[in-house]
Amino acid sequence: MASLDAPRIVSSRREFADSFTLTRYLETGGYVALKKALTMFPEAVAAEVDAASLLGRGGAGFPAGRKWSMLRKSPISYLVVNGDESEPATFKDHYLVEHDPHQLVEGVIIAAYALQVNQAFIFMRGEFALGLERVQQALNDAYAHGALGSKIFGSEFSLDVVVHPGAGAYICGEETALIEALEGKRGFPRIKPPFFPAVTGLYGEPTVVNNVETMSNLPWIVNNGGAAFAALGGGRSTGTRLFALAGRVKNPGVYEIEMVKNTFRDLIYDPQLGGGIIDDKEIKAFIPGGVSAPWFGPELLDLPLGQDEVAGEGSMLGSGSIVVMDETSCVVRAVWRITKFFSRESCGQCTPCREGSGWIERAMYRLEHGGGRMEDLDLLLDLCDNIAPGLTWPPQQTTICVLGSSIPSSVHSAIQMFRDDFVAHVQHGGCPHE
Amino acid sequence: MSDVTRTTVQITLDGRQVEARSGELLIEAAERAGTFVPRFCYHPRMEPVGVCRMCLVEVDSPRGATLQPACYLRVSDGMNIVTDSEKVKKAQDGVLEFLLANHPLDCPVCDKGGECPLQDQTLAHGSGETRFIEEKRHFVKPIEIGELVLLDRERCIQCARCTRFASEVAGDAQIAFAGRGDLIEVATSPTQPFDSVFSGNVVQICPVGALTAKPYRFSARPWDLEQVESTCTTCAVGCRVAVQSSGNRLTRVLGVDSDPVNHGWLCDKGRFTLESIDGNILSFDPLQATTRIIEPMIRRNGELVAVSWGEALAEAASLLREAAATPGGVGAIGGAALTNEGAFAWERFVRGVLASENVDAQYGDGLDPGLLQALSKATIDEAASAGTVVTLTGDLREELPILFLRLRENAVKNSSSIVEFAFGPSALRSVARVSLVVRPGEAHLVAKAIAGGGLPQGLAFSEEELDETRRLIGESGEGVVFVVGRPNLGEDARVLETAIRTLSERYPDAKFLPALRRSNVMGALDMGLGPNLRPGRGFDGSVEGRDTLGQLDALRKGDQKAVLLLGGCLLGNVVDPAGAEQALDAADVVVVTGHGGATLAYANVVLPAAIQHERSGTVTNIEGRVSAVSPKIVPPGSAWPDVAIAAELAEEFGQSLGLSSVEQTSQTIEETTGYPALSVLNDEVYDGVVVGRNVTPSLRHSLDPMAFPGIRSADTVGLGARTGSTVVTSATGSVNTSGATWSDVHAGNGLEVPLADSYAFRVVLSRRLYDRGVAMQGSPALHGLIPTTSLSLNHFDLDRLGLAHGDVVKVSGAKGSVDLPVALDDGVARGTTEIVFGTLDASGENVVRELVDGSNVITQLRLETR
Amino acid sequence: MSHFRSDIRQRAEEAVALYPRPRSAMLPLLHLAQEQDGYLSDQGIAEVAELTGTTPADVRGTASFYDMFHLEPVGKYVVGVCTNIACLLAGGEEFLTHASKKLGCAVGSTSDDGLFTLEETECLADCDVAPVVQVNHRYVRTTTPESFDTMIDQLRDGKLDHDVPSHGTLIRVRRIGGLRASREEVAGQRTAAKAARDARAEGEAK
Ligand SMILES: Cc1cc2nc3c(=O)[nH]c(=O)nc-3n(C[C@H](O)[C@H](O)[C@H](O)COP(=O)(O)O)c2cc1C
Ligand code: SF4
Ligand code: FES
Repeated sequence: MASLDAPRIVSSRREFADSFTLTRYLETGGYVALKKALTMFPEAVAAEVDAASLLGRGGAGFPAGRKWSMLRKSPISYLVVNGDESEPATFKDHYLVEHDPHQLVEGVIIAAYALQVNQAFIFMRGEFALGLERVQQALNDAYAHGALGSKIFGSEFSLDVVVHPGAGAYICGEETALIEALEGKRGFPRIKPPFFPAVTGLYGEPTVVNNVETMSNLPWIVNNGGAAFAALGGGRSTGTRLFALAGRVKNPGVYEIEMVKNTFRDLIYDPQLGGGIIDDKEIKAFIPGGVSAPWFGPELLDLPLGQDEVAGEGSMLGSGSIVVMDETSCVVRAVWRITKFFSRESCGQCTPCREGSGWIERAMYRLEHGGGRMEDLDLLLDLCDNIAPGLTWPPQQTTICVLGSSIPSSVHSAIQMFRDDFVAHVQHGGCPHE
Repeated sequence: MSDVTRTTVQITLDGRQVEARSGELLIEAAERAGTFVPRFCYHPRMEPVGVCRMCLVEVDSPRGATLQPACYLRVSDGMNIVTDSEKVKKAQDGVLEFLLANHPLDCPVCDKGGECPLQDQTLAHGSGETRFIEEKRHFVKPIEIGELVLLDRERCIQCARCTRFASEVAGDAQIAFAGRGDLIEVATSPTQPFDSVFSGNVVQICPVGALTAKPYRFSARPWDLEQVESTCTTCAVGCRVAVQSSGNRLTRVLGVDSDPVNHGWLCDKGRFTLESIDGNILSFDPLQATTRIIEPMIRRNGELVAVSWGEALAEAASLLREAAATPGGVGAIGGAALTNEGAFAWERFVRGVLASENVDAQYGDGLDPGLLQALSKATIDEAASAGTVVTLTGDLREELPILFLRLRENAVKNSSSIVEFAFGPSALRSVARVSLVVRPGEAHLVAKAIAGGGLPQGLAFSEEELDETRRLIGESGEGVVFVVGRPNLGEDARVLETAIRTLSERYPDAKFLPALRRSNVMGALDMGLGPNLRPGRGFDGSVEGRDTLGQLDALRKGDQKAVLLLGGCLLGNVVDPAGAEQALDAADVVVVTGHGGATLAYANVVLPAAIQHERSGTVTNIEGRVSAVSPKIVPPGSAWPDVAIAAELAEEFGQSLGLSSVEQTSQTIEETTGYPALSVLNDEVYDGVVVGRNVTPSLRHSLDPMAFPGIRSADTVGLGARTGSTVVTSATGSVNTSGATWSDVHAGNGLEVPLADSYAFRVVLSRRLYDRGVAMQGSPALHGLIPTTSLSLNHFDLDRLGLAHGDVVKVSGAKGSVDLPVALDDGVARGTTEIVFGTLDASGENVVRELVDGSNVITQLRLETR
Repeated sequence: MSHFRSDIRQRAEEAVALYPRPRSAMLPLLHLAQEQDGYLSDQGIAEVAELTGTTPADVRGTASFYDMFHLEPVGKYVVGVCTNIACLLAGGEEFLTHASKKLGCAVGSTSDDGLFTLEETECLADCDVAPVVQVNHRYVRTTTPESFDTMIDQLRDGKLDHDVPSHGTLIRVRRIGGLRASREEVAGQRTAAKAARDARAEGEAK
């Protein structure tokens, strides 16, 4: 049975139709945490986040507190919030920016205060027209309320926050590409080293990049203390998390549940959550953390929803999106569509990613639509190996960013798990499901 | 390239202990240690981007060995690098296979076939068989992205060399990547073509055949080409080039990577004007600049007719002898297009045989050579690494393009400060820290204001700008380089000379880089082709001689009877061609030239000379660097090298110059004056020698066909092992003769500038790269790019006159009135107008000669709207 | 002469002022150019180049990286249908085929009346209402062919004008005011913050 008694930390205003307004936000405890934070030393606020051991919610799962404290030596110039959310089947930031924009704004102000940064940017994917409007409105209201601008709530701290609309490019979620886009350029990820924008970020200055959900946790953490957050979940995966559940389940949606205390099975089958598979079919496979992650089969349904737990089985919890495929789903078609996504979204800098994604996509297309050959399976695996040598997890890279090394995930895991399906496609001269 | 400090570190390279420079790029350290890492996007003259991923090697990290791009990673002490493991090989083979997946493999019809890094590395590493059975990416075949460059997008491997060159090096971001993923293409804006004057460089550095040059396309196959290394003499920067020919036909010039000079880059004029040399031998009209002069001629019954060398020499000697009989009766003009050896021979002839001091290699458009000698001089490297550079020049991109690139790089990469005397539009403005608006006739006042105190009334810039300038120059000018040229031919040279002298005296620790632009003008002056000058950069203040304007004046008055023109383009180069025509009309004229031109209408004798790429010798660039030029083809017809012409002409006088060949002339120069010549001619180790300065000689780079495809590798051209490895002693660059000191120099002492007429516009007569010179006129590819004459005005002045860009106005000047269109250019100061020298108006007339004659200290024009 | 209408020009200048460097306003400005013209015209691109201190080739190259910018004219309504993984599993491809039939235009092209442009999109992050459809980047949440048809008819009849502005208009909520913390104020606070932090760190060390 799912463990559902943990408090809702980031989705507490779910019931309210007007959850995005300042009035509702203030009625439900809004901006109390900010006022409290402003009475603390910035380091003390950062220390609470450290104590919470809040893992970044953008995909890489790096502890926010540690990211912030790496920078103690050189002051940070900018805070950038990553609201690009484009990883397929991930839609939890979408929920947050539309339904609880003030919570995000308050989190941003708290983070900026802790980092003593005076200008922050919220980069949001351009397709979130409503989200952009809601966040802009929230910022306008926050300025009017005294929560933003010069000398916030009478303190000695000033902050400006600017919403920056993206324009349709998945790669801009990668933090260095995002910074390039924020500098008005093509979203080409920057080559590493330096490994962290915290060293050289926006305009070459130290910059912290954090995800929308990561930010949205901050008001609760300041109100309740880092320890209270850390008491939830287990191991390194503390607190609750928004999981985006999609695919062949009865109740797809965004669910905030406690980490580790729940398993994939809980999320997918609990009647209050996913509610099971459509038409009560058999689950065939699921992707545990966005399409960049290797797939899992039903035997791993009882794995706890925790970062290290999933990593231990050779995949990742990533952006917290779980895609469920059932016996009616064609895995070859699914893999083809995912590779098509990478081929369209590769920024095009690195040869293996640019050319490899297109080649793999076209070979997958043939398999699904006719023209597949037996040798294509080995060819695909070898091409994957040339992009991510060894096909290990986490992957080895031949490319600048991990988009490249994510391409093999679905291809490799699906061929391993469902070789028969691929063979059937070759023999049938296309998709046998059609 | 960058960030390399002197300290060394130890690295392990494929198990060997190797020494590397701390902070240098892995790919460079490996290459010096003899390990070649394959690459495409890496270019030694640009910031690494690490995108093609061809150079992946294994590097130890805390998490075990990982694949890293050798072109991007910098070495650190103890680094362990493996370049030859199975894993590395598989990764590199994988990248190559990916690159070839969408590549059309149309090598047999591709210009790059035979000299293509992609082809070469495929042959070296590729598997030979393709596993790619999908349809390749298709684009419409070659599209024209600029006047000179074609783009075949199917061949592009997205290495970003061209786009990086355009934005990072040239500052002309008119090409950029468009699209995303495997649809990335290089593209221009439909509203703005790629019209950079550096456009040929992107063709040269493209590692495949995606970018091709219209002038070269399909003209030769690489394996037919022969190559020599030489020095470009299109302008006075002296870029190192590889000159290639197919048989006796020049096909291509490529930039050679020279540390002290051009870093491998060339401007399009230097690159694409070969046809002016060997492309027009079938044109016979001696009055056309496009015509190569290939036979001696004398004037008979008013016509120039071809004769034998013997007849022509006898006739020339007789005319000159007769004139020389009267003191001051003869003189010589020109010589900037000669080699040092040619100039030396003619100097001996004029001073030794004709006993004349009337000699001048400049056309009244340069600076006093004594002043140039007296200045404490900078090298290009010093200017390109100075903390502060002050320019007293025209637009350097138009005048000395590669110097512009070097200064721009310093400003952009090292944040050096450029202070610009802003005479007119300038490409450096966008990176300059301060632009002091200087109107015609004011440069010396501006210099005085900087050197001496407050801001006098009426100058066009602010107190803050003046203060900032002073701050940047500092107390003594230490570490500051002034770049000095002639920004305005409509203004008396003395204005600039006074400014230069003022600054030099005020800032004793500053250095000066002369920005004279005409090919080997510095060498000609150093060989004594100027009043008071002596070979070997010497000076003799005790004699009197006429400069060019003085000689033209004397010819008009009949004081001088004959003139020897060294080069046929006098009329095209003087500011007052009408006055020069009168002078030539009255005189006996002997012309030694490779090209025809209007001047030949006045010639009594024409002697055909070998020109650029047809002769050997040495030349001297703006910084005083002597380097060698080499012949690639034999001169057409019966053209001779200048040394031979001068020597034979002397024989007609019954005298001997003591010069029997170019090599022996070189030897004589060096032995008699100490000026480096023969040692440079024979040297294949160093990048030339700087005269008169103790500058550490710079080793030549081995030619790098990966960075600069098309260049034949060091081995093919026979430099091989010698290049950069053995160290032979080279000439020191010290000269025996003593040059001018300030006490010898009159220039820059006292000058009265008349008050400007407030109803008139003061004229900036500037120069452009694309002018009506011989090189441009003779080159079909560039010919169309020569601008037509217009008057550029600031938008305030246009508004004041109620004019719009393109409107035609009546302009009245020194000699008459003409109609000209106005052009909007806010780079022009208020109250002034810029006219480009060497242009023709829409009907093909040189109307500038009606407006400017150089007879006043400044030139003024009146405009009437119609 | 500005190509932008005066209100757009004013918003563009306000946008530039929000960033430490003008080029950063590139994407917001391109959205504004598209709001005025419905796509990125050469004149719009030239004006963005001027406002950001770049070249037209650079602006064009940058814009073409991003799917939301159109370099050719498009319909008044750009209809995006997602076929990525969650939508695929919910019949997104078949839905796209239906949309193409209903609108009378192939994917990637514009209907003859110039009203609709149909696009196949990547994941639009609304996967619980799959297949996901956006019109001019507004979620219309029509998951059945029938509801899609109704929605299109309503668009045609102008009944959805309030919810779906014409193509290019992205953010209708305008920022009130520019930056509020002046440069001097920020500089002062940064110095003070650093001093305070150093003092505390020293106190801790003792
Ligand atoms: C290809 C790629 C796409 C990414 N997309 C997103 C995204 O849409 N949203 C996000 O927050 N992080 C994304 N990330 C992760 C970010 O690079 C970065 O790690 C994250 O924003 C940091 O925030 P966090 O520490 O709060 O998680 C992406 C990373 C990669 C490599
Ligand atoms: S891996 Fe792909 S997306 Fe990432 S930088 Fe390279 S080409 Fe771009
Ligand atoms: S990535 Fe190193 S040469 Fe291209």
